[in-house]
Amino acid sequence: MKVWTLHLGLIVVLFAAQFWLSPYHSTNLARIMVLAVFAMGYNLAFGYTGLLSLGHALFFAAGMYGAGLPAQLWGVTAGPALILGILAGGGMAAAVGLLALRTAGVSFMIVTLMFAQAGYLAILYFAAVTGGDEGFTLPAAARSIAGLDLSSDTPRFLAALTLFAVGLLVSLALVRSPFGRSMVAIRENEERSRMLGLNPFTVKLVALVLSGLYAGAAGAAYGILFGYAGASFATIQYSILPMLYVLLGGAGTILGPFLGAALMFALIEVASGVTSAYLFLVGAALVALVLFAPRGILGTIRERWAKWLP
Amino acid sequence: MASVIEMPLIRTRDLTLHFGGLRAVDGVDFTLGSGDIHALIGPNGAGKTTFVGLLAGRRMPQSGQIFLAGEDITRLPAHARVRKGIAYTFQITSIFPRLTVFDNVAIAVQTHGTKDLSTRTRAALARVGLDGLQAQEAQTLSYGHQRLLELAMGLALRPRVLILDEPTQGLAASEIEGFKSLVRSLVPEVTVLLIEHNMEVVMDIATRITVLNFGQVLATGTPAEIRASPAVQEAYLGA
Ligand SMILES: Nc1ncnc2c1ncn2[C@@H]1O[C@H](COP(=O)(O)OP(=O)(O)O)[C@@H](O)[C@H]1O
Ligand SMILES: [Mg+2]
Repeated sequence: MKVWTLHLGLIVVLFAAQFWLSPYHSTNLARIMVLAVFAMGYNLAFGYTGLLSLGHALFFAAGMYGAGLPAQLWGVTAGPALILGILAGGGMAAAVGLLALRTAGVSFMIVTLMFAQAGYLAILYFAAVTGGDEGFTLPAAARSIAGLDLSSDTPRFLAALTLFAVGLLVSLALVRSPFGRSMVAIRENEERSRMLGLNPFTVKLVALVLSGLYAGAAGAAYGILFGYAGASFATIQYSILPMLYVLLGGAGTILGPFLGAALMFALIEVASGVTSAYLFLVGAALVALVLFAPRGILGTIRERWAKWLP
Repeated sequence: MASVIEMPLIRTRDLTLHFGGLRAVDGVDFTLGSGDIHALIGPNGAGKTTFVGLLAGRRMPQSGQIFLAGEDITRLPAHARVRKGIAYTFQITSIFPRLTVFDNVAIAVQTHGTKDLSTRTRAALARVGLDGLQAQEAQTLSYGHQRLLELAMGLALRPRVLILDEPTQGLAASEIEGFKSLVRSLVPEVTVLLIEHNMEVVMDIATRITVLNFGQVLATGTPAEIRASPAVQEAYLGA
């Protein structure tokens, strides 16, 4: 009860926010919500299942190009493009998982990193189709859904909010389901889980695919809502970002990814106004976080005061 | 005499696992009769933990075979053996320390589906007397309670065979009494394979005993037969 009130309450607050935020800030909030969906996906793999991936940019980019290329090449519209993007993210995660999940720990980090790097290079290599470094802007047809123009502020905000709300509630339900318990069991003690009848490979693969579906949805939505697909979204930076969001907000908490994305966004915004070396400030903030609140903000709050936080 | 029709629940043939030159399990032929409380004894380093690890699928043998009710399970992965009814509890307590007592057991319960999950979980906890502590984080339990939790996780799997690796180690005398009656209450629905150093417990509850030494079976028989065996006396009970 308390749990649902909190999460539905957040969605209501975000909905209301568009009425008192400036267009500039509500566009930023739309961006944050889409990136939070990416981070929620990352959190399912890393926060709940313990899979430390350095390759999620690949799934994000798969979603972005999985939606953007059909729109560009064949005039697919926003709705179907989004679905294609989600499937591309999940499919890519399945393919990577089948190979990478034979490893664990540091090897898993390296293997996922290599896959993502290969994906990035592939985007550059097939520049004739993907636009390479330059990328491409999405055609207008791909940016409207049910007659709403997603390139204008209000529909864009509502689309981002809808995606965010669905992502949030699905991950809440998932984490509180028996499968969510299996994911956490694998994270906490894989050997014991195995001796309780869980197949670690299967659980991890499903978790990674779910994670990839989220990343794909976020990548597709980012392309559709902001109108651009480019190779920069496939770089290592986009594998690190969701990890930072999750670590900051609290790995293995439902609201952590959103909180982390919002705070990091604000931090960069403020820091880049103060100094051109803003990444230094961001780095310093992260070091402080790891030293003083290694469980992230919500992880610490849960540990100290609110055990009931999912 | 064992009847011809009654098939042993577990049988191994020439089961072998060497660690380099060390013969941890060395050509073991072993039979576990259905409904028994079968104790596996032997000095430290005799290969007991390694042997039951082979039965449970934690390790794969270098040679030999394992049969569960006649079916060859030698190459089956551990999680599949659990689903076929082999439950394993660890010599060194292995639980999910940061999860609640309830969740620890629920993970085991949901192996057999999620219907009536919380009822079945509470029933397994009640069986070992931990039902009052279900909301606690497992790491806050006393050592004895953690051993009981481990046992509840095993029982929650509704196993045909429950393998217990030194379950009474570190328990207080009163807790050992409770443990003995709990194990007795499990048979014959559940067959128990028990590694145990406490000879009082062994002689009290075991219906059969196998003695392992240097990875090989030294003797097997009823408690009376084992007590009377000169080979065992010399090698193990010696003192
Ligand atoms: N993973 C391993 N690698 C190498 N040697 C091992 C390993 N596990 C156990 N051993 C050795 O195998 C022998 C049998 O060990 P174990 O099965 O634990 O004996 P027990 O349970 O009877 O005390 C011991 O000498 C032990 O040191
Ligand atoms: Mg041992």
